[in-house]
Amino acid sequence: MSILIYLLGYIAVIAFLISVIHRVVSYIKQPMHVRWELYPVAHEGKRAAHGGSYLEDVDWWKKKREKSLIGELKVMIPEIFFLKAVWEHNRPLWLSTYAFHLGLYLICGFLGLLMINVFAQIIGCTENCLVLTVSPLMIFMGGAGIVLCLVGSIMLFQKRLNEPELREYSGTDHYVNLGMFIVSMSISLITWLFVDPKFIMARDFIVNMIQFNFTPIPNNLFGLQMILAFILFAYIPMTHMSHFFMKYFLYHDIRWGDEPNVNNLKVQAHIGSVLNYPVSWSASHIAGHGKTTWAEVATFNPVAQPES
Amino acid sequence: MNANKKLSINDVSKDTEKLTSVKPEDLMSLPSWNVKEEDWKPISEDLKEKYVCILDDTLILPVPKPKTIQEEEALVNQFIEGMRKLFTKENNWTFLQILETTMNHCARCNTCSDACHLFEASGRNEMYRPIYRSEIFRRIYKTYVKKEPFAKWRYGDLELNWRTVARLGEMAYRCNICRRCAQTCPIGADNALVAREIRKIFSQEMGITVPELHEKGSMLQLEKGSSTAMTKLVVKDNVEFIDEDFSEETGFEIETPWDVEGADILLIHNAGEILAWPENIAAFSIIFKAAGLSWTLSSDLAAYDSINYGVFYDDVQFARTALLQAQAAKKLGVKKIVLGECGHAHKALTVIADRVLPEELNVPRESCFPLLRDIVMSGKLKLDPSRNNFPVTIHDPCNLTRLMGIIKPQRDILNKICPQFREMHPHGAHNYCCGGGSGYAIMSRNTIPEWRFKVAGRKKLEQILNAFSDSRGPEQKKYVCAPCSNCKGQLRDVFEHYELLEKESLIYNGLVELIVNAMVDVNPGYVKWEEE
Ligand code: SF4
Ligand code: SF4
Repeated sequence: MSILIYLLGYIAVIAFLISVIHRVVSYIKQPMHVRWELYPVAHEGKRAAHGGSYLEDVDWWKKKREKSLIGELKVMIPEIFFLKAVWEHNRPLWLSTYAFHLGLYLICGFLGLLMINVFAQIIGCTENCLVLTVSPLMIFMGGAGIVLCLVGSIMLFQKRLNEPELREYSGTDHYVNLGMFIVSMSISLITWLFVDPKFIMARDFIVNMIQFNFTPIPNNLFGLQMILAFILFAYIPMTHMSHFFMKYFLYHDIRWGDEPNVNNLKVQAHIGSVLNYPVSWSASHIAGHGKTTWAEVATFNPVAQPES
Repeated sequence: MNANKKLSINDVSKDTEKLTSVKPEDLMSLPSWNVKEEDWKPISEDLKEKYVCILDDTLILPVPKPKTIQEEEALVNQFIEGMRKLFTKENNWTFLQILETTMNHCARCNTCSDACHLFEASGRNEMYRPIYRSEIFRRIYKTYVKKEPFAKWRYGDLELNWRTVARLGEMAYRCNICRRCAQTCPIGADNALVAREIRKIFSQEMGITVPELHEKGSMLQLEKGSSTAMTKLVVKDNVEFIDEDFSEETGFEIETPWDVEGADILLIHNAGEILAWPENIAAFSIIFKAAGLSWTLSSDLAAYDSINYGVFYDDVQFARTALLQAQAAKKLGVKKIVLGECGHAHKALTVIADRVLPEELNVPRESCFPLLRDIVMSGKLKLDPSRNNFPVTIHDPCNLTRLMGIIKPQRDILNKICPQFREMHPHGAHNYCCGGGSGYAIMSRNTIPEWRFKVAGRKKLEQILNAFSDSRGPEQKKYVCAPCSNCKGQLRDVFEHYELLEKESLIYNGLVELIVNAMVDVNPGYVKWEEE
């Protein structure tokens, strides 16, 4: 059984990576969308305060564009760490979704620290040195993360089920996703409280995984926790929750994608290529004139009058 | 809770006379407002006979009523075929990335609902919730086009029949595509785009379009040169009349230049201004002459009318119009195109066309507002702000502000020349749509005007009344600066319907009119409260 859990671990990591890479590559491989930015655009720096853009200047194409990383961080940090948009526009949902997300962030932080522990152990650090360096913080993050994530997912489940406005738009996928978190986090909580309070079993398990050393898992509950965690890990990027990484594109490439086509060779090459794509729309103002590519269709005037 | 608020997604497929109806008592109340709203006038039997009228009390998209089971099936099949094409890169390279991410990542959290002025104005009628239409679209896509495993079970079942399709098409025209909802979405999903993409399926695949946007809009522009149907000869004549009239009225001689090769600027007006608001055309000519600019208009096909209705419903029509406008600029050899006071034209040619125009047609394009700001600030015009000493507020056209970030230049001008300028709240990038956005301002069939007044324009009316809360009533003259033809069309009809000139001495007009009104070289009284 233990070997199967190790095996599931490898499969989960691979499935996670494949899903993430697949989503990102599918997005990047699609043709570049037309510009569709939405203001305020965070990297506009000072202008972002009033929602302005470089288009507020005469002869803007002759001016050097300034892109402010600090401006982006000023928007991204409150959005990522405090869910500012939900706070501002959907306050009743904020507490539950924030608990859930903060729990996830803490679990990510915990996993980061756990991996430091893991590698420290692999390179031969002693038990004492590990406990003294990162363990108390790691234990806090892991425990708090599990509790918050569990509380948040229960609250979200309850809201989706009981609030008519949310229930109408909730599919089985929402309940399955949240249900999986509730089950997985409940088992993790029990495991943490009663079986592995210092996450030593967890650390040893990952060390073994990395070293392909399939030592039997010492506790059944811990084994169950790992099974559930791996399933969840593989499953998340296959769902709409993949927004946790796709949001990068939704913000940076779409909402803030204001890069103008000024001597932009990449964009010019793109335009040259998409204009040669075939068009198969059937409406009579598009089809039936013997024009097959975008370039032909777009330069064809179906109602052209003879020059007078 | 009233019945409309209980509306469910599956109701869209049901065999009911109407999906919903916004009753007068549902409407959002307005400040100090004693106008009693009437119930909807019925849609004529004749229209009901010809077209599918089963959404609410208005008909915008004329979907022919299927008469047989075969026709019902054909409607569904055509729609699905269109949706399939919409998700191919060849047919939809323009928006596929944005559409797919919206389809896949919306959390269905309703954070965007309260941002929508239609949802609020209708008394939170479920049909106007920004994700109501998107969710129907998403379920069809996931189940019938993408065919995701267990899609019906995962996302919710939805019966796909001709009613679903016809109602979804009509519902795509219950959105101003103002993208205020998208601005609030924590994920970055865009329900406005979904409305536009549905419109595209109907136009590009099914050939079902709104006549004001298509036959009398973009097609007329491609045929005659302008959606106003003015040919190049007529437009030149009309502008000549404007020059004569306004030279006489203002005491400032103007002669609008046409087809000047090698001019610095090709100015493109929304040609609707020439017919409906000639003072806007004259004001540009006065300001540009006083500032000593080298500029011209073009009489080439589609280049004397900046409108590009394709932005609202059809990528092909969009590309055709943008290419013609850019070609005209290239032919004249101008240094840049400047867009006059028209929001969607700004967005279309400056921003969206940026990744459509091939290199040889990529003539620089800019808004008139920074240019006007620089002129006003340069001291080239002698200005007397006391001529504009009445309360003025500004309506921000969505295309110009939320979608392009052109916000400050207009304010720099107003702060300089209008002593009683005050903002609406919210404003700038967070403004509310006038209610005419995405094409409604030019529609007046059946009960469309009622819808524009009662629902679509309601939030803006509230904002305007609030902006003038210190000066309500007919004694104090007031001015809403709406620097966009489309928005002016909406405000014109709303103001007339509610008799705002008579009851509130409230007028609307553009920004250039206020500049000319303040010019000491021009006879006083360019801005008028009464028809003269
Ligand atoms: S569009 Fe955004 S805000 Fe609206 S429901 Fe979807 S995820 Fe939530
Ligand atoms: S785009 Fe505007 S009108 Fe349409 S749903 Fe969003 S907020 Fe409402």
